[in-house]
Amino acid sequence: MYEHDVIVVGAGGAGLRAAIAAHEEGADVAIVSKLHPVRSHTGAAEGGINAALREGDSWEDHAYDTMKGSDYLADAPAAETLCKDSPKETIKLEHWGMAFSRDDDGRVSQRPFGGLSFPRTTYAGAETGHQLLHTMYEQLVKRGIKVYDEWHVTRLAVSDEENPEDRTCHGIVAYDVQTGTVEGFSARNGVILATGGLGQVYDHTTNAVANTGDGVAMAYRAGVPMEDMEFIQFHPTTLPSTGVLITEGVRGEGGILYNEDGERFMFEYGYANNLGELASRDVVARAELTEVNEGRGIEDEYVHLDMRHLGEERIIDRLENIIHLSEDFEGVNPVEAPMPVKPGQHYAMGGIETDENGETCITGLYAAGECACASVHGGNRLGGNALPELIVFGKRAGHHAAGKDMEEARITTGKVGDYETAEVESPVQLGEAGIGEDAVADGGAAADSGAAATGTDLVQQAVEDERETINHLLEKEDGIQHAEIRERVQQSMTQYVNVFREEEGLKQALRDIREARELYQDVFVGDKSRTFNTDLLQTLETRNILDIAEAITLGALARNEFRGAHWRKEYQERRDEEWLKHTLLSWNDGKPELWYKPVILEGESKTYEPKVRSY
Amino acid sequence: MSTQVPDQVEDESSAETVPAGKQKRDAKKRERAERVQEQREAEAAEKARAADDTYHLKVFRYDPEVPDKQEPRFDDFYVPYKQGMTILDALMWARDHYDSSLTFRHSCRQAICGSDALFVNGSQRLGCKTQLSDLSEPVRVEPLPHADVVKDLVVDMEHFYDQMEAVEPYFQTNSLPDGELEEQRQTRENREKVKMSTRCIWCSACMSSCNIAAGDNEYLGPAAINKAYRFAMDEREGEDMKQRRLEILEQEHGVWRCQTQFSCTEVCPKDIPLTEHIQELKREAIKNNLKFW
Repeated sequence: MYEHDVIVVGAGGAGLRAAIAAHEEGADVAIVSKLHPVRSHTGAAEGGINAALREGDSWEDHAYDTMKGSDYLADAPAAETLCKDSPKETIKLEHWGMAFSRDDDGRVSQRPFGGLSFPRTTYAGAETGHQLLHTMYEQLVKRGIKVYDEWHVTRLAVSDEENPEDRTCHGIVAYDVQTGTVEGFSARNGVILATGGLGQVYDHTTNAVANTGDGVAMAYRAGVPMEDMEFIQFHPTTLPSTGVLITEGVRGEGGILYNEDGERFMFEYGYANNLGELASRDVVARAELTEVNEGRGIEDEYVHLDMRHLGEERIIDRLENIIHLSEDFEGVNPVEAPMPVKPGQHYAMGGIETDENGETCITGLYAAGECACASVHGGNRLGGNALPELIVFGKRAGHHAAGKDMEEARITTGKVGDYETAEVESPVQLGEAGIGEDAVADGGAAADSGAAATGTDLVQQAVEDERETINHLLEKEDGIQHAEIRERVQQSMTQYVNVFREEEGLKQALRDIREARELYQDVFVGDKSRTFNTDLLQTLETRNILDIAEAITLGALARNEFRGAHWRKEYQERRDEEWLKHTLLSWNDGKPELWYKPVILEGESKTYEPKVRSY
Repeated sequence: MSTQVPDQVEDESSAETVPAGKQKRDAKKRERAERVQEQREAEAAEKARAADDTYHLKVFRYDPEVPDKQEPRFDDFYVPYKQGMTILDALMWARDHYDSSLTFRHSCRQAICGSDALFVNGSQRLGCKTQLSDLSEPVRVEPLPHADVVKDLVVDMEHFYDQMEAVEPYFQTNSLPDGELEEQRQTRENREKVKMSTRCIWCSACMSSCNIAAGDNEYLGPAAINKAYRFAMDEREGEDMKQRRLEILEQEHGVWRCQTQFSCTEVCPKDIPLTEHIQELKREAIKNNLKFW
């Protein structure tokens, strides 16, 4: 058993920032991560960090753009916190030495991005995430913060009260990938989940293979609701063969989208008559797919993104990384030819329900970054708003977990206040995907642990349960392999729960997920070794993919309207009277339970009135 | 892999405790799993047959724990080729369709996480950005040389990380602006100077290719020296700090060990001019020692 004040799970941007913040507050903090920190997917972020740094810009304008971009499903207190804190957190990175791109006067450069009313995206070439990740890891090394790398966290040790709001998180259980040891980590003050994205639910994604939504699924099974899971962002420009991301910076710098007939379709077909290529991501992704569906796509699959007219010098100065990506992964030199691009899964707007201080409804459990839903992005995240989210909410969660007094949150978590219960008509049974017959189906609260256990005892019991599950998986001699189950879910999600959604498809996806869940009960690990067993690791991840895929699809089926990234064939209107509310899914007795809570549109000094989103 | 049908339940008492419905469900589940697995293997074989090309990979295997794999060996995998397929794609295909115990690190698939540096046909490369079509067959895939093998293609990275940390790899300056909203100024030229050095993804391909590092365990190595270069050349750190960094770099196992063989520069997947950076630091160190320069 390892013991620390604060345990951070995940070592990307949010995790590193949280750990540094907790350390600043004097806490004994440790990071537990399944990858070494510099391998984290934050490193793949390209575009930049939105921060109102310049004269003529203001955090209020940034907040307005964020609320509008979210299609009015962001909570104003969270969006305003993001925009208010981002400038000083961005400059903090600069003070830590981050190699931002520079203007002639030596100040950090900023550029235009989709859906922004001011060019406020601060960047480091087209490798902003890489620079941010490494800069923050350097600060971690400087402070000597302990990292348990290549430890895969599989379970939260949460007390067993009936209502999630009464539960306390005492630590985590993790599995040392190098040796196969399962061990407990007791957290005296709190656990911060910063496990990043869940793109592996889809088979065409910009996300890393490690992005399997572990934190979201773990928190869910421990009793924290998943919020707004149906809102999945599809980035308009990913390379068709691999899903590799081509930054929005290309369009920000003036890149143009063309269809097969060489038409600049964003204008020609009226998708965004003012902003064209710089409309927000959901708008551009739908425009591209509409072109393809109407027969104007290239090879019936993609469109062209042309940046040749920007000139080689400007491309190398600001977008050099894109030349390499396009050449290495698509065989196209974008200085000489347009790049093929199509929409790909990119970001989960939804996630673990938290307030603007990063706290969940379970005492001592926090979340920050992409795995969390505070919610700042609502129905659609603006480009350049993910990196400020990491540093702003990572820091807040770190401070809070370490015991710093925070302003009282305006966002409520858990089933309190003004929520409404709801039902969704599913064609199949939902939930339940335990491994083996005796293993605890619940990955979170140790259901049979006895209510009296707390602290290290409770962590120890969770460790025993997890050892049992892992032994079962390793001892089982035959059955089905995770790769098959994973592939089925990924393909079904890409086919039916993509940019365009319709009722019958969503129901089919639920049937496919059900079948995958049933197969999963017979999953086995072919590799029997305890040493670096990636087969076991991926088998455990696949469980998370199942829960998350189900949540995304259920939320999408229930939301009978068109908002942000969520497009429904049967419902072509945003329906504010009924749907200005967040979708929440709670894991209750092995099944998802659906409920809603209202969106908070009242900000500090103004209320964000929903308006038609035109660009 | 064939799925075995379990024997009849021998122990009567245990048979009694399992309800008939559950037994039936379990049997159905097994049946389905079996069917799926068979279908899957048939599909894999079919795909390999149907592909215009099949690539032949010879992959290094070793697991200290599994008796069959304690003696290192090479396994042959035949992978159906698809336009654009990389080494990493091929390894994943082999793992997911033939042998789930085949082990390698990988994550981002876009040459930024740095976790899948491998020794392919005798050279250090990132699996994810190496096209199969650029390689001659059979493609030999081995773990990085000069590092301990943990299992199959996974090597122990501890030594590499230790060397990286030995150069104080973090920004240090005494002249921060007062305001929390005011940045330090940096000229475009200076940013340009350090730019390539900041691109390191810690894949350790350079360290693995370096003959000197192979013979001198204490040599800082190209990646760590490049990390130091990144800070030493950053005008925001100031002269005093530069002196301090040069002292670290001038130690016995620092820059002077480099024999300019350029192997690090040749294998760097991010095109960082590592050898050049090391030589530049040597020049700085000489200037520093001669003082009158």
